[in-house]
Amino acid sequence: MTKLLVYLKDYKKETILGPLFKLLEASFELFVPLVMASLIDVGIAGQDRNYIYRMCAVLIVLALVGLVCAVTAQYFAAKAAVGFAAKLRHALFSHIETLSFTEMDTIGTSTMITRMTSDINQVQSGVNLVIRLFLRSPFIVFGAMVMAFTVDVKAALVFVVTIPLLSIVVFAIILVSIPMFQRVQGALDRILCHTRENLSGVRVIRAFNKEEEEMEAFEESNGRLMNLQLLVGRVSALMNPLTYIIINAAIIAVIWIGGKRVYSGSITQGEVVALVSYMSQILVELIKLANLIINVTKSAACGKRIEELLEVRSSITDPAADGQEPARSEVPTAAPHPSSAPSPSAAGAASPRPQSAPSPAVAFSHVCMAYAGAPEEALTDLDFTVERGQTIGIIGGTGSGKSTLVNLIPRFYDVTKGTVYVDGRDVREYPLDELRQKIGVVMQESVLFAGSIADNLRWGNPDATEEEMWNALETAQAAEVVRGKRGGLSFMIEQGGKNLSGGQRQRLSIARAVVKDPEILILDDSASALDFATDAKLRAALRGLHGEKTIFIVSQRTSSIRSADRILVLDDGKAVGIGRHDELLAECAVYREIYESQFKKENRKGGAADGRA
Amino acid sequence: MAEHKKTEKLTQAAVLGRVFSYMRRYLPLLALSLVLAGITVALTLYFPILTGKAIDLILEKGRVDFSRMFLILRDGAVVVALTALAQWLMNLCSNRMTYRIVRDIRKDAFATLERLPLSYIDSHSHGDIVSRIIADADTFAEGLLMGFTQLFSGVAAIVGTLGFMLAIQVKITLVVVLITPVSLFAASYIAKKTYVMFREQSAARGEQTALIEEMIGHQKVVQAFRHEKEALERFDEVNGRLRDCSLRAIFFSSLTNPVTRFVNSLVYAGVGITGALSAIAGGITVGQLSCFLTYANQYTKPFNEISGVITELQNALACAARIFELIGEKTEQTEEGAGVLTEADGSVDVENVCFSYQPGQKLIEDFCLHVSSGQRIAIVGPTGCGKTTLINLLMRFYDAQSGTIAVSGHEIKSITRESLRRNYGMVLQETWLKNGTIRENITMGKPDAAEEEILAAAKASHAHNFIRRLPEGYDTVVTEDGGNLSQGQKQLLCIARVMICLPPMLILDEATSSIDTRTEIRIQKAFDTMMQGRTSFIVAHRLSTIREADVILVMKDGRVVEQGNHEELLARQGFYAGLYNSQFSD
Repeated sequence: MTKLLVYLKDYKKETILGPLFKLLEASFELFVPLVMASLIDVGIAGQDRNYIYRMCAVLIVLALVGLVCAVTAQYFAAKAAVGFAAKLRHALFSHIETLSFTEMDTIGTSTMITRMTSDINQVQSGVNLVIRLFLRSPFIVFGAMVMAFTVDVKAALVFVVTIPLLSIVVFAIILVSIPMFQRVQGALDRILCHTRENLSGVRVIRAFNKEEEEMEAFEESNGRLMNLQLLVGRVSALMNPLTYIIINAAIIAVIWIGGKRVYSGSITQGEVVALVSYMSQILVELIKLANLIINVTKSAACGKRIEELLEVRSSITDPAADGQEPARSEVPTAAPHPSSAPSPSAAGAASPRPQSAPSPAVAFSHVCMAYAGAPEEALTDLDFTVERGQTIGIIGGTGSGKSTLVNLIPRFYDVTKGTVYVDGRDVREYPLDELRQKIGVVMQESVLFAGSIADNLRWGNPDATEEEMWNALETAQAAEVVRGKRGGLSFMIEQGGKNLSGGQRQRLSIARAVVKDPEILILDDSASALDFATDAKLRAALRGLHGEKTIFIVSQRTSSIRSADRILVLDDGKAVGIGRHDELLAECAVYREIYESQFKKENRKGGAADGRA
Repeated sequence: MAEHKKTEKLTQAAVLGRVFSYMRRYLPLLALSLVLAGITVALTLYFPILTGKAIDLILEKGRVDFSRMFLILRDGAVVVALTALAQWLMNLCSNRMTYRIVRDIRKDAFATLERLPLSYIDSHSHGDIVSRIIADADTFAEGLLMGFTQLFSGVAAIVGTLGFMLAIQVKITLVVVLITPVSLFAASYIAKKTYVMFREQSAARGEQTALIEEMIGHQKVVQAFRHEKEALERFDEVNGRLRDCSLRAIFFSSLTNPVTRFVNSLVYAGVGITGALSAIAGGITVGQLSCFLTYANQYTKPFNEISGVITELQNALACAARIFELIGEKTEQTEEGAGVLTEADGSVDVENVCFSYQPGQKLIEDFCLHVSSGQRIAIVGPTGCGKTTLINLLMRFYDAQSGTIAVSGHEIKSITRESLRRNYGMVLQETWLKNGTIRENITMGKPDAAEEEILAAAKASHAHNFIRRLPEGYDTVVTEDGGNLSQGQKQLLCIARVMICLPPMLILDEATSSIDTRTEIRIQKAFDTMMQGRTSFIVAHRLSTIREADVILVMKDGRVVEQGNHEELLARQGFYAGLYNSQFSD
């Protein structure tokens, strides 16, 4: 939590002045019982009306000054807390933007969102509370004790016993109940999980007629939750009665001892009344302090989560950022080791030639890639080159590494071994901006953002003209979609593209990448929601794009890639074939298997494949 | 039936009525805690009188009546002990009552959930339903607990304090009663002013959250298009606005505390001056004045608390309303008098069925289909063409608006849902497994299955091999959403789950792209084993399945557009022929 305090730096003044004004207010509050005491001892005992008026005026002045101090303190506290939170949110947002795909996968975007929103809110109210109360409450507790000492040392000894006793009881109850609350939370999570499961699996549960059993199971965890809640309730129910007993026993003791001190002439009756008031003040503040500690503990936990996220460093370093060269780029530009032996597994693959010919658009040189935390490699020893203007099809089963492969080109992930070259240059040597400017990616999941269609298309190119946008839409087979929408290009897309169908979203996100007019276009299984005819038209249109575009098409369907210049067949992260459709059909067993499962009648051919597995 | 009737918003009175109907079961607890709260308040108020009396016995040097003071203080000690005891018991009672009520409400809500028609579940956000059962119930519990103990004792304290004060002296009481409302006015004025500010704040916050969800949630796209700078600029703009809104809202709302405290100080000073003056006039004693000062503090406190409690209670009631709305949703009709379908022969007859999800938007019209025992029906069409609609109707997840569906000659509306569904085995592409062991998942349809049956089903569905290799074998726990199994493994388990029951009719959703070829072949083999001699409805993607089917249903935009076997349909040169040609012969 302490590291987050940097973000309070701009609010130093507020952070210091806030508590100071709070202390001032508290000190005025501490004077009140003394004023009342002298009002009783001097005013009433001496029948001095003027003195009484004067003292009451003093009380009102104290209250007014207190009010002003308190309002000032609240203002400073609110300003510091809110400003702190805004700075923290900015820092966290821009930090998250620097994280690479690896971190997004391992941390998960939903966690990041929670930390940006509810966690920061919690920390904000924590900071606000701390500024307002953290000094005030202990100050009043000890101030009241000190004031009691100034009244009478012997009677004040009661305070010395009471305060620690009270603190022990209050904090013991908190300490015992916090872990119990966590258990309650656990039980609550269980029934939450159960409910969610019943919603997502509703068809299966009903198909198997499991409703009764599910209800029984729910009742069991529901009952367990209740019992835990009752258990915690029993502990926290002790708080009020115990503190009440302690403080009032202390008041009885103060009166008794005070009586003795008055008898011996050390103090006056009014001072006894003042001592009783101090005792009551202490109770109020200790309870506040206890609540404060609970809240601050919660905020600190949230703060820690935020801090953890801020400490995550991107695994991808941008050479453009701060002029830092990545340490590992010792391979000279456009000069992959020509000596490296061509991989035997990738048929027809060749290492890129150093600078002799115009460098290939994309080259993979003995690339291996393992995801963070994954025990096995997602890609193993890939070695191939793609010439400018070629269309490359990538096919393979789920988990065979197709997406991983194309994600390496714009450097969404870094390779674990080997090198990926774009235009003959190691992708790790490019400033990220320059590299990604060359590449247009259409991801599997087609994501559009709230805003007009034009806004979304301009993501690809902020300066795109309407004509360019329409051209891109034509290519992506999306022009009809846009014409059919009220307002055309200015049609407003809702958050998450909810007011569009899956196929429409896909076509628009393809158009978004086409608007960018990139040198390399990657379609990562991004035509899955299109029917076959549209898919075919799309491919024809892409082929007709001007300029020498290198196009990667990832697909599960052989029909989508069979006309590609070259097809790379992946199986379990390894390239098991590369070549044209007819070549592969003749040579590559995996490709044939995929093709046949989709095209040919399968006369119990599975046996052969199974035997090989 | 045609229209899904939405329960209208419950009025607050209706919600209160529902809350009380749940409370009625715990009437003794309720009564007991009310009595205890009364006792607590009375004793709490009595204690300052005793201390006041004791202080009055302390006059000055040499004039302290210790023997009487001892008696009074002893009484005080007893009062304190009793107060604490009553308070503790009251807490226990209200805890017990609250948590039981919430448990009951949750139980009812969950039971409703299990009986809600699928149309409700499909058309409502799951997150919203979950938050009603979990979060709303929780907020309700807290609000009820707090509202219960504090509202009642607050009111009791105000009434009690007034009574005690009046008993001592009317004039000072008047001072207290006249000044205190100022703090209430101040508080409610501030609350009203800040309400607008809080609305602005939550609007800004909502806008920011939406932006965060978009930009962070789709960070990958943002980075692919190097859109980070623009995103940050937009974020900063909203962030700045949120900061300003929050500052106003938080600052103005935090004025309540100092202002009410200021008013309290005024009351204190007022009591001091009138009290002291009447003490000089001999109206009251110093002890009584000290007692008044305590009351003056205590009197304003419940007022301040009550306004907080009332907001809390209102919040709790709003949450309760949301749960009760859920509980009040129309559940599937009961099936009194419905027959039981024992062992279906596998014939299905669909006559003139019309169906739509939304009135006015016809999906299926006059659909007829006759399936005799053991036939294979392939359902074909582009993604999202409404293949699930058919499954919904066959399994009676939804009811057709008109027309009949009969299984083995029995109209499905005339037999219990349970017996109908027992005759179907269903394997969907969205492979849902429950959070439990593999064994529990396989035996879902047959909890009393013997070990041999489980093994046989797992082997027949080609799942045995991978299960054996799992760390705990058949006792491996499938985590929530099945994260520890691959998609294909999950699908094999779903097949095993059906395989163990061997129902006469099957609904199968063939694997599409999300499964690798090897596993797909294995799944296909499992399907083939399972389909022997059973009527099967297959959402088909594979050419072989389609060609071998006895009937092909071609669907488009939710409608059945063509129906017939492969040759017939090809000959027709319609939608199917187009689909077939584009897909299978490029």
